[in-house]
Amino acid sequence: MSSPEVDAVIIGSGPAGSTAADVLTAAGWSVVVLEKGRNHLLSLDAPYVPLGHVSNDEIKFMRRHFLGPDPFLEPRTYRRHDTDGDRLFSGDVNNLPSTVGGGGFHADGKLPRFRAVDFKTHSELGPIDGADVADWPFEYDEMEPYYTEAENLVGVAGKAGANPFAEWRSGEYPMPPGADMYGAVLTTEAAERLGYHPYAAPTGVNSVPYDGRPACNNCGFCAFYGCPIEAKGDPVAPLRRALRTGRCDVRPESYVTEILLDATGKRARGVRYLDTNMTPQEVSADVVVLAGGAFESPRLLLRCGVGNSSGLVGRYLMFHFQTLVVASFPFRLHAHKGRAVTHLHDDHMIPDDDSRAFAREHDLPYFRAGIVEHGGAGFPILESVHLPPGEWHSKLMLESPMRDRLLAFTVQGEDVPQITNRIDLDPKIKDVYGEAAGRATYNLHPHELVASKYYAPKLEEVMRAAGAEWTIVAHSPPIEGEGAAGALGEASASKHIMGTLRMGTDPTTSVVDPMQRLWDVPNVVCTDSSVFPTSTGYGPTLTLVALAIRACRDLANLPPLRSDRSSTA
Amino acid sequence: MPGTSSPRFLTQREHAITAAAADRLIPPIDGHPGGAALGVADYIDGLLGAFTFDPPRIWAGGPFSGRAGGDASFEQFFELSRLEELAWRTRIEGSLGMPEREFNGPVRGWQQWYREGLGALGDDFDAVDADEQDRRLDADPAFKKLFYEQACEGAYGAPEYGGNRDLAGWHAIQFPGDVQPRGYTDDEVSQP
Repeated sequence: MSSPEVDAVIIGSGPAGSTAADVLTAAGWSVVVLEKGRNHLLSLDAPYVPLGHVSNDEIKFMRRHFLGPDPFLEPRTYRRHDTDGDRLFSGDVNNLPSTVGGGGFHADGKLPRFRAVDFKTHSELGPIDGADVADWPFEYDEMEPYYTEAENLVGVAGKAGANPFAEWRSGEYPMPPGADMYGAVLTTEAAERLGYHPYAAPTGVNSVPYDGRPACNNCGFCAFYGCPIEAKGDPVAPLRRALRTGRCDVRPESYVTEILLDATGKRARGVRYLDTNMTPQEVSADVVVLAGGAFESPRLLLRCGVGNSSGLVGRYLMFHFQTLVVASFPFRLHAHKGRAVTHLHDDHMIPDDDSRAFAREHDLPYFRAGIVEHGGAGFPILESVHLPPGEWHSKLMLESPMRDRLLAFTVQGEDVPQITNRIDLDPKIKDVYGEAAGRATYNLHPHELVASKYYAPKLEEVMRAAGAEWTIVAHSPPIEGEGAAGALGEASASKHIMGTLRMGTDPTTSVVDPMQRLWDVPNVVCTDSSVFPTSTGYGPTLTLVALAIRACRDLANLPPLRSDRSSTA
Repeated sequence: MPGTSSPRFLTQREHAITAAAADRLIPPIDGHPGGAALGVADYIDGLLGAFTFDPPRIWAGGPFSGRAGGDASFEQFFELSRLEELAWRTRIEGSLGMPEREFNGPVRGWQQWYREGLGALGDDFDAVDADEQDRRLDADPAFKKLFYEQACEGAYGAPEYGGNRDLAGWHAIQFPGDVQPRGYTDDEVSQP
């Protein structure tokens, strides 16, 4: 039961934990990173080369849970309302990979920044009934140098000025954008004709060799797969840097069961975990970094009763409400080539007079949707299981109405924070370690529904202008009362999950302080997207990495980063 | 493994019924082989008998198949961790009353499901006409759904898992399959 004393024990090895490991080891700290999943990312021995486990294999990644978590071993449960009974179902609920590298492993790496208004939604746009819209405890200008640092560390390809709505930035992206997918060439041209402002998505995928890793070769097995040639920077780049210091000990297949407190109950002294043989082990540390993601981090705190004097642990769960505008084209689009999404536009996050009028008709002061991802369809097994068996199967597979002829706009719609949306512990379902499964209780606010209703027809118009023969609109999670859940399932299909350990300046209305320390146990620091007070309409990863850099520099007594607006790129 | 004449889990008769059923769900037409010719029965048998291989036939290796350059490494399947073996044995064999497989209750395994499902299709399934085959397949929608999804995996998945014989599934639908380490040029991505 004896482990070496370390400066920090980090729970989770995704973008949040890997960034913490990188920043802390660079500052001279020793860290242990505990990851419940297996290691498929890189050798943990010098020179930390790729393991070669990742491949262009639809069965392995999309049908057989290669990156975990296996829903049999680690079920999650889901319901919409408290009145639904204990759960509507058990299984895969917003599962992100459980493996060394975490959620960063499978993402196609779109890494946009937030805008200034996203940090002050309450003061700039105002409250919304039935939600707790809040300002963040700091502003964009303070975040800018951390965004720059994050983009450089991960390696983000993009172009300053391409998005007219983007905030000021102190430098150019470290790489130019990669290849435009053919479908997005069509949809961006159409969107521009209709007055929108699409731009090459800032993406953590190398467009040129960077940081000792090669340029992306456009294999197409991108979102939901790992990268076989490690052209994706997140989280292999920070983790490798941490390992190279010799002060980072990554332990895969290590499942944390408890955060251990000292006799005062106000200070963590380490963690207890089950090792790969299910044998209990402990690591003692001066600081515990909680980086399990916005589903698992609150689940762990609730299981061990830590950090919850506010009663808010797990609350304000937010996903992005996805509106999918799917369009069929009379020719092949070969979306299996290249990255999964190459373009975005932000226009639908900007309230204007028309959208405010529509909002008022629906008893809302305003609404915002989110980034619109210009993307293509999937792979052959995915297409085939959604076609009917029998006579039509083979005819349709020859034509490929979905895989090769569909384009989709996916709107990552802002999800306003509701105190009733939450992660808690399922009263009956357990994981293979014998611990209570996490349960999501999650229902949409009218804000999300009205925003979708307003913007979806506009996006269908863009698709028709791009040459689509027909369009349909789908939502995830499905809108209650609008029929069966369909291909995307009952729970939210968005892999963006936020909230659950709300950051704020008042310990009675938040769980962590502005440096992401638990109010109750300040040497426990959460570096994942649990701390987000609001969800905005942007993917969370770059912001959580920037926040992790900020919080961990503070931990290590390094001076805050500064940037100079006069050097705007 | 592909085209094997000695099934790993299915009996020869069950294998023949599986192939016939696969041909009803994925019928042969001009330009597209049927499920039988694509090796769906071998794929399903390889899944049901995954633990008769060492390492078990759950996850093909990486990073490359050799079809687009590099060394062929898909054929070297992964070793499973103890927990991964628990999950996949439970899924395939069922929980069989073992407490470590029943932490959330009993699980019916695919082996039992197929044995009963193929039995219900009838020993003469491959001899009756198409309408009768459809009637029997439709009699158990849950089994038909399981079978169909796994038939699709067998038809259009990587051939190292036993199906997609001679890459005929990918060729029929104009899908190039895995392309690492060659990939595509920027022009191939951006141009029509």
